[in-house]
Amino acid sequence: MAFLILDRLTFTTGDWGLCASLRVGRGECAALIGASGAGKSTLLSLIAGFETPDSGAILVDNQDIGSLAPAQRPVTMMFQEHNLFAHLSLYDNIALGCHPGLNLAPADHETINQALEATQLGDISRRRPAGVSGGERQRAALARCLCQKRPLLLLDEPFANLDPRLRQQMHALVDELRQTHALTVIVVSHLPHEAARIADQMVFMHEGQITEQGSASITLADPQSQELRDYLQFTPSG
Amino acid sequence: MDKSLAVCIVTLSRMWAYRVISLWPGTLAVAFLGTLIGGSLVGIMARFGTGDLTAIVTDAYLHSVISFTLWQATLSTLISVGLALPIARAYARQSHFVGRRALITLMGLPMVMPVIVAVLGIVAIYGHNGVITQLMRAAGFTWSFGIYGLGGILLAHVFFNLPLAVRLLLPAWEQVPGESWRLASTLGMSSTQLFRFIEWPALSAFLPGALVIVFLLCFTSFAVVLTLGGGPGATTVEVAIYQALRFDFDPGRATLLALTQLALCATIALTMSRWLRSQPLTQGLQKGLRNRPDRNALLNRAVDVLLITLSALFIGLPIAAVVVAGLEGPLLRVILDSALWSATARSLGIALIATLTASVLALGLAMTARRLVLVQRRPGATDLVLLAGSVSLAVPPMVIGTGLFLWALITGTTEVVTLFLIALINALMVLPYALRSIAPVLIDSGRRHHKLCEQLGLQGWQRFRRIDWPAIRKPTAFAVALGSALSFGDMGVAALFDTSGAITLPVMLYHRMSAYRFDEAAVTALVLVVMSMILFWALDRIVGRWLS
Repeated sequence: MAFLILDRLTFTTGDWGLCASLRVGRGECAALIGASGAGKSTLLSLIAGFETPDSGAILVDNQDIGSLAPAQRPVTMMFQEHNLFAHLSLYDNIALGCHPGLNLAPADHETINQALEATQLGDISRRRPAGVSGGERQRAALARCLCQKRPLLLLDEPFANLDPRLRQQMHALVDELRQTHALTVIVVSHLPHEAARIADQMVFMHEGQITEQGSASITLADPQSQELRDYLQFTPSG
Repeated sequence: MDKSLAVCIVTLSRMWAYRVISLWPGTLAVAFLGTLIGGSLVGIMARFGTGDLTAIVTDAYLHSVISFTLWQATLSTLISVGLALPIARAYARQSHFVGRRALITLMGLPMVMPVIVAVLGIVAIYGHNGVITQLMRAAGFTWSFGIYGLGGILLAHVFFNLPLAVRLLLPAWEQVPGESWRLASTLGMSSTQLFRFIEWPALSAFLPGALVIVFLLCFTSFAVVLTLGGGPGATTVEVAIYQALRFDFDPGRATLLALTQLALCATIALTMSRWLRSQPLTQGLQKGLRNRPDRNALLNRAVDVLLITLSALFIGLPIAAVVVAGLEGPLLRVILDSALWSATARSLGIALIATLTASVLALGLAMTARRLVLVQRRPGATDLVLLAGSVSLAVPPMVIGTGLFLWALITGTTEVVTLFLIALINALMVLPYALRSIAPVLIDSGRRHHKLCEQLGLQGWQRFRRIDWPAIRKPTAFAVALGSALSFGDMGVAALFDTSGAITLPVMLYHRMSAYRFDEAAVTALVLVVMSMILFWALDRIVGRWLS
């Protein structure tokens, strides 16, 4: 049984439209790939509740979440930039995942410390975002996602600005956290071969449509559509 | 050995000379400013001579004037910015509604509206016989608002500065990356938590600047205090200078007051100058504003609508009153009076000369600042050049006017140079606005295109025409339009030089108000405000489209 189901989801803005159906199993990782403007980030925004679909349904664990506000959805999301508040320490940024007013119970501190340990941020948790590296900032954002304890994690190219070695480490960390915290992950990436290291399935979007999807390794090794072949021709092999 | 040393010295001298000569636009501008302000201060000091500076410490009248100036400026600032905060928040939260742009434009009107005209409108609405008092009387209340004195001064200052503060604070919300609102909505933040974690940190970068600007404007306010205050208990230093020169004809006291004002303004401007710099821009997902989680809550919407409506009424009613009173007055008689058009022509001449001078000075300073920061890599010198353009914040126009007026008295040239001096002093008043509009854009254009221009050999006029002007055209047009409207409606320095019959339009309006010829004053005010708006609109469009 699929954990996330997008059932004939449609969305239009201006003369651009999106139409997508997708199923992702519990604990799986799906990588969304495609050229800029294909609709990958918009699809994540629809799942997170930042945009309202024209029609269709979004089901998580058999529950329709389409009418819920972003805070009520069992979803957490990481962006490419601006994931942290610059005036708060990493610890406080992470703590916002436990309580949006920072009114923390003793159990919350325990949760935060576990998240800090899982993301290896313990020593620098009192620093502010400006005082740490890009990778550490993204690890802190990931730690906050863990504190939110929501089963569906959406990653909108959060590691795009990191160097290749750091990106690989972050992917490995996401994969580890996915397994230890039973997360279902959807990651948007412009580097399909890197994403394939952690993704179970690869979803290719083209002009607002999902045109191809399947097992990550098979999809990349044997693309069926001309659009995906063209797209892969210009991406690094990883 | 000697020869190579000589070659080295000559080369270094040439390099040094080139570095200095290449800074000529700003150097000329600074020299001009120095001559004007220096000459004015010399005029004051020459008159003061060996005068008794201890009078500043011992003179009780001076103490009361300084205390009142500080007290009214502090109160005006706290009320204006305090009220502007929730109103700006309401506008930021309700970022999409029909008429929002029109209401924000309405907020900009007091900025270009001649002070003396606005005072007339404020009296018509909130005065002893104003609309509000009449409505209260009809409802059975006998209390009426004391428009003359501290209450009226505060009300008028809030009228001018509340919308200014709203417009100064609104960009704080635009700086918040869209991701922050999205993050807040996934975290389920309440309105209070949004303010604490997102809005207040963003505002803290803008709030000190807004407080300083409003404080300086209220501190040096002249026309409001002259018309609504002016008694012994409600006089500011600027008004006291005017009274000393015009009513008591006591240049000694005027000099003492001008020195006091100079010392106070310079201290305030220098200690607070770091907050007067423009804020850096951050990029993020701007469309994320729609994801602000508290914008659709019923209570929040109700509060926002109430705040926006009340603020629009507060600003709009006096403006409407000016228009209505003007149309009901002896329109034909006043308009057919040639004296009105002579005064209008004088004001127009002053506005155009002032704006042209301020624009040329601002361009010169901005180009030199750009060269200093991008080519010579001297950011400290850049700051100094830009600070020179804001000198009128430290040396107020009334002080400069006093110095030049004393010179004109000594040389007996008052009637000959009056209009020219008023225009030059107005140029200094407009210069900080023009510089703040032009310099950041010109420097940014340089950052983007300097290397490419160097590589292509694009220099001088060609570079200005092809690369710089398209970038600075719009901010320059706005600065020129705003500056001309401010100069056209300015009464401060023009009132000081009101010795010959050659009066300006705002001074003519003041004369008619002082003589209780309110019907004529209402029509004159309407002409003044309509001409200001036409001037603003025409220059914004003409300059904005020039060479576009």
